[in-house]
Order: sequence, then structure tokens, then C-alpha cells
Amino acid sequence: MSQEYEPKIIGFLCRWCSYMGADLAGTMRAKYVPNVIPIKVMCSGRVDPEFVLQAIKKGADGVLVAGCHPGDCHYIEGNYKTLRRMTLLSQAIKSFGIDPRRVRLEWVSAAEGDVFVKTINEFTQTIKELGPLERLSNGIVREPAAAGVAR
Amino acid sequence: MAKPKVAFYWAASCGGCEIAVLEIHEKLLDVAAQVEIVFWPVAIDAKYKDVEAMEDKSIDVTFFNGAIRSSENEHIAKLLRQKSKIMIAFGSCASEGCIPGLANFYTKDALMDRVFKETPSTTNEEGILPGPETQVAEGKLTLPVLWDHVWPLEDVVDVDYFIPGCSPAPVTVAKAFETILSGNLPPKGSVLGASEVALCEECPRERHDKKVKKFYRPHEIVDDGKTCLMEQGIICAGLATRGGCGHLCINANMPCRGCYGPPPRVKDQGAALLAAIASAVDSNDEEEIKQIMSEIPDIAGLCWRFSLAKCSLVNKPVAAAAQ
Repeated sequence: MSQEYEPKIIGFLCRWCSYMGADLAGTMRAKYVPNVIPIKVMCSGRVDPEFVLQAIKKGADGVLVAGCHPGDCHYIEGNYKTLRRMTLLSQAIKSFGIDPRRVRLEWVSAAEGDVFVKTINEFTQTIKELGPLERLSNGIVREPAAAGVAR
Repeated sequence: MAKPKVAFYWAASCGGCEIAVLEIHEKLLDVAAQVEIVFWPVAIDAKYKDVEAMEDKSIDVTFFNGAIRSSENEHIAKLLRQKSKIMIAFGSCASEGCIPGLANFYTKDALMDRVFKETPSTTNEEGILPGPETQVAEGKLTLPVLWDHVWPLEDVVDVDYFIPGCSPAPVTVAKAFETILSGNLPPKGSVLGASEVALCEECPRERHDKKVKKFYRPHEIVDDGKTCLMEQGIICAGLATRGGCGHLCINANMPCRGCYGPPPRVKDQGAALLAAIASAVDSNDEEEIKQIMSEIPDIAGLCWRFSLAKCSLVNKPVAAAAQ
């Protein structure tokens, strides 16, 4: 293939911090890769593990969940719930043969446009290195057969 | 009016669903009086060719238990679908893959080696594996072909209704039979004989805030007999499982394992249970959270114990043991 692979990444961004951080990155006219499709959620705690699996099932090669820094949640402790869920999800996802690096949790505040940019660029690079997930005709999602999956 | 013609079949399952039909005890006599059983390999003598000779749609209701994991399972599922007006996935294996579906964590080769070569009680020095065809002096012997994947019934044929459970509780079977015999059928795709709420809502135990510092396996802790099991650190799937079984496991002081599948509006039972377990952890410290969770053995096998075959993220080949 002559064209470089461009990963499809879904980013669940919390409405109070991370989405504002993304807005700030725009206001700052910061440049970053266009691979992340943002979805605004009221709180990162609203991101059910099912959303992440659905995103992967439906075509995402990576999923970013971004929320307020610990202690700063608009709903007091929604992001701690996110932390627990994403930790357990990344433990489970290995059994499905999917590299846990494809699912990333990051804290981005409304003032951190630069952190948002850095996160997006880094994460996109990670997914580029992992390569696209294969989707078989029977609906099964799997790591590319050629790339060695780190377990 | 002629009695409805009914068929029962047993594909990839343990046989518990066949027992579950009998477990409705004397009610079975009422059912038997109202229907004509045309095919039920475990109970009456009928051959596949008898079914093949039937007219299309001549069976009124087929109760199909078991997942699809071989060419034979698939053939009979398609045959019975063709011959039946109503196809019912009976039990967890047919509905969502259940325990046989856990095989989807492994390759067929790994499974065959484990079962026929590696188990401690196996003596198989020549390493002979069963194959679809074997030549013997008398001719060629054939076996069904084992597929690479285990499927719930609805992935292979059109399914009209589902009866949940591993195996379905007598109360569920009786209710489902009643519904079907009444002729007053719910919309296609409905789950028969179970609740429309999560088991947690029906649970008789006391509930408070769930704050868990350590998870235990049931044999590692003495349950107090009245508090929510999850609060005591025993992982209970009741939060992510459809009710209607009469909380049989809870009554025996054992946690719900999740065999009734997801409650209405939950698509992925495993993800819902995973969220419930994670939310119960009492810590805001990343390292402590990791430590508490690392003590849960096989989180994917635990959360997707009954619904793995429905979760299409399952990679093949994958060695879960290589984690």
C-alpha cells in the first residue's frame, strides 16, 4: 500500500473539562492529527464499557476516554468510576485478543489544550503502530494477524 | 382442533435443558396432553430422516437447546427451522452460547489437544484425534465436523423466541409453555417466561452502598446470609442479569452467575457486569484499584461466562492463557 494507514479513533470527551480542552486547542490554533472523532458526553463516568466495545465493533481501531482530573469532576466522583471501569476493561480486553493500548484513558482539563493535542497525536501514533483491527465477515474483530500483539 | 405438533432438540449443550423440561413435574402431563411430540431424540424414537420427510412448517413449535458448534448442529438447526412455524431458543446455550461459547477464547486445535492429549487423565500415546472421516477395515466411518467457532442459534437460523437460563428454572419453563399454549404470543424476539427487570431488583437481600476493598470467591468467605453478596465482596451477576428465575442461587447463598442473560435494554451483559464490578470497588487510587482488580481471576471469562459467543469481539485465534 502506498498510502499510509490512517486509524479511526473514537474519543469520548467529558463536557466540562476534556471537550473544553479540545475547544481550547482549536482557539489556540494548535495543529494536530485529524484521526479522532470526538463524542461529547456529560461525564466520562457516562462512558459505559459497552460503548467502548461497540465503538471497536463498529469500526474504531482505538478508543480514547477523556475526563476531568481526579478531584475535579463536575459530578464529584464520576471520573473515579471511569478510572475503575477503564482499568478493569483494559484487563478484560486482553482476553479478547485486543491490545489494551487501543483503549486509553486520559485526564484533560479545560485549560489543557496542549495536553489534548499531545494526547491525540501520541495515541494516533500508537494505533498507527498497532495497525488496523481486522473485521471478519462473521463480525469478529481481531488484531492484524501479522503484527505481533504484546500481551 | 388438532394438537400442536412440538419438537425438542439438543445441540451443543450439557443436557440440563432436557432435564429442565421434565422439571416442571406434573405440569408436564398437562403440556403432554395438549401437544403432540413429533421429534425429541432424548425421549422418543425418531430419526433425522423422519424430520426430513415432514412437510415444511408442519411442526408448530421447536424447542431448540444448545449452541451451534458442529456441522450436525447446524444441519439440524436449519432443518428444524425449515419444518417449524415457531423456533424457540431454549436455554442459555441456544440463546447466547453459554459455557460452550467460552470455547471461542481458544482455537479448535488448542481445544482438541487439551481434551484428547493433555488432560491428566488422558492416555493417548499415539496422539490420535477424532476426525470427520476414519478408514477402518469395514469401510469409512464419519463424524460431524467441529466448527472453528461456537454460535448462538440466532446467528445460524431465524429465531422467534428465547427462553433464558442455564438451565431454565421450572417456573420459567412452565410460564413459557403456558404462554405458547395460550396462543397469545408476544412480539417476535421476546424472551419468554422471565422478568422484565434485573435479578437485583427481585433479590430479597438487604442492599446498602457497595464499597468493596477485596473480592472473594464464594468459598473464601462466610456469607452473613442477609446482606447483598456484592457488598460482601462476592461477585454477583444479579445487577447485569435478567430476573425471573426465582433467585435460586441466591436462595442457596450463592451469587448469581448470570445465566438468564442481559436484562432488557442491556445489549452486552459482560460489559454491564464489568461496569458493576468496577463501580463497587472502594478506592480512588489507581494503584490500589489495579491491585484490588488484579485479584479477580479471568475477568473476561467471569463477565462473559454465558454470553461470550454473542460478543463479537472474540478474537480467533487467541490464547487467553497467554495473558
